[in-house]
Amino acid sequence: MAYRWKNDLSPGDVTPETVWVNRRRIMAGAVAGAGLGLAGLPGRGVAATGDALEPNSYEDITSYNNFYEFGTDKGDPVKYAGALTTEPWSVEIDGMVERPGRYDFADIMAQMTVEERIYRLRCVEAWSMVVPWQGFELADLLNWVGVRPEAKYVAFETLYRPEEMRAQRRGGGIDWPYREGLRLDEAMHPLTIMATGLYGKPMPNQNGAPIRLVVPWKYGFKSIKSVVKITLTDSEPETTWNMLQPSEYGFYANVNPNVDHPRWSQARERVVGGGLFASKQPTLMFNGYEDDVAALYEGMDLERFY
Amino acid sequence: MRAVAAFNRAVRLVPPHIIYAAGFLHIAWLFWQGQTGGLGPEPINALERALGETGLKFIIAGLAVTPLLRLARVNLMRFRRALGLTAFLYISVHLLVWLVLDIGLWSEIWADIVKRPYITVGMAGFILLVPLAVTSTDGAMRRMGVAAWRRLHRLVYLAAVLGAVHFVMIGKTWALEPLVYLGAILTLLALRAGRLVSRGRGNAGDSRIRTDSFPG
Repeated sequence: MAYRWKNDLSPGDVTPETVWVNRRRIMAGAVAGAGLGLAGLPGRGVAATGDALEPNSYEDITSYNNFYEFGTDKGDPVKYAGALTTEPWSVEIDGMVERPGRYDFADIMAQMTVEERIYRLRCVEAWSMVVPWQGFELADLLNWVGVRPEAKYVAFETLYRPEEMRAQRRGGGIDWPYREGLRLDEAMHPLTIMATGLYGKPMPNQNGAPIRLVVPWKYGFKSIKSVVKITLTDSEPETTWNMLQPSEYGFYANVNPNVDHPRWSQARERVVGGGLFASKQPTLMFNGYEDDVAALYEGMDLERFY
Repeated sequence: MRAVAAFNRAVRLVPPHIIYAAGFLHIAWLFWQGQTGGLGPEPINALERALGETGLKFIIAGLAVTPLLRLARVNLMRFRRALGLTAFLYISVHLLVWLVLDIGLWSEIWADIVKRPYITVGMAGFILLVPLAVTSTDGAMRRMGVAAWRRLHRLVYLAAVLGAVHFVMIGKTWALEPLVYLGAILTLLALRAGRLVSRGRGNAGDSRIRTDSFPG
């Protein structure tokens, strides 16, 4: 069911041609949206400073990326992701589902309702952005294929195609393909989307074309890019960063200013695009989506399940 | 050999101060780039990295001076102090950018130094460089005596290794570039270790050039 979560902004507020020429219009839109039926949803659409949520520029979002399949430098994806072909594209959905199969990207899109979601993106490396995504709720896709009652988790895989993804040819210590996973209730949550575009344009390759996961209350590495496989399972799936360094990256990876990463504090974050003299902003619990998702983790020790 | 002699002669005409000037100009240019978008959307991290990496390059250049003289007879000895001090300049600015622009909170700075191993290691490397910078003048060398000065300045070996290990540890995975720096430093140190061993055995076959007054 689309539109279960309401944006501060309507899709009309983000018309790509004008918006990234003039970001201020989005600001105005966000302020206007804040008055519209969003009472009782504090935090939403409001950045840590209390300012309206202002998306980063298209340029920022598409030139500062972590997509290790193309290299470890933030500038590598924009340089090398052009080699990726995204047509044809299909997503294999298997495991504990009623109708497993290989679904063509176009067929999925024909079934789904694409909407705009302007979300904070918080990287585990303590930087953040605001991204105007287009996408559909993962729950809609899962309901379409039918989740069998015994399923408890959802596993995802990125494309493995070394001839187009240059860092996969070198290994780099990562056991490709990139893998991620969610608990089923997290996957079904209305905030969880499969994004297929940003700023009203098809998803750029460096951002995970043509279809990627976005889970805004978790660190960015959970939001797996260029997804080719979705598996419903009854056991917690292996996830790439957890396999690499379990003491640093947990399965849950919820944004939490009170639980530090072993290498850096998570209390504050650097908002990308602020220039040399911008100071860090306080990081919000669950990346500002606490009211929406805290119930998922009731009774859990978040220090242990980081 | 002729080419090397000509190179050594030519290089004698270059004033070492050019290295300081180049360092200052490059650092100013990096800040300018950071402020005007040339370092990408997140310039603070990019600036830290550029400063740190260039600092390591100067350390490596400084460590290469003695082996170059010994093995290839290329004499860059008169640039070595400038190379070392310029490395110290880059690493000091690298540290300042981290302290002021990146973290900016004293409580967090201290917590990071104590709690984050890669920062502890980098900080230790920097602290080792401080006495070397302070005693880099001719006067200091005279006052300390050459033997004591040489012993002290061997700290640069440890500082160099710590700097490279700091770089390796920052990576979330095994990236190639930091390992290249570490490899270069270990190679330059191994060249010295080999020489120490052979000297220890009594076959001081390498006495063609006296570099003993320097911490090779």
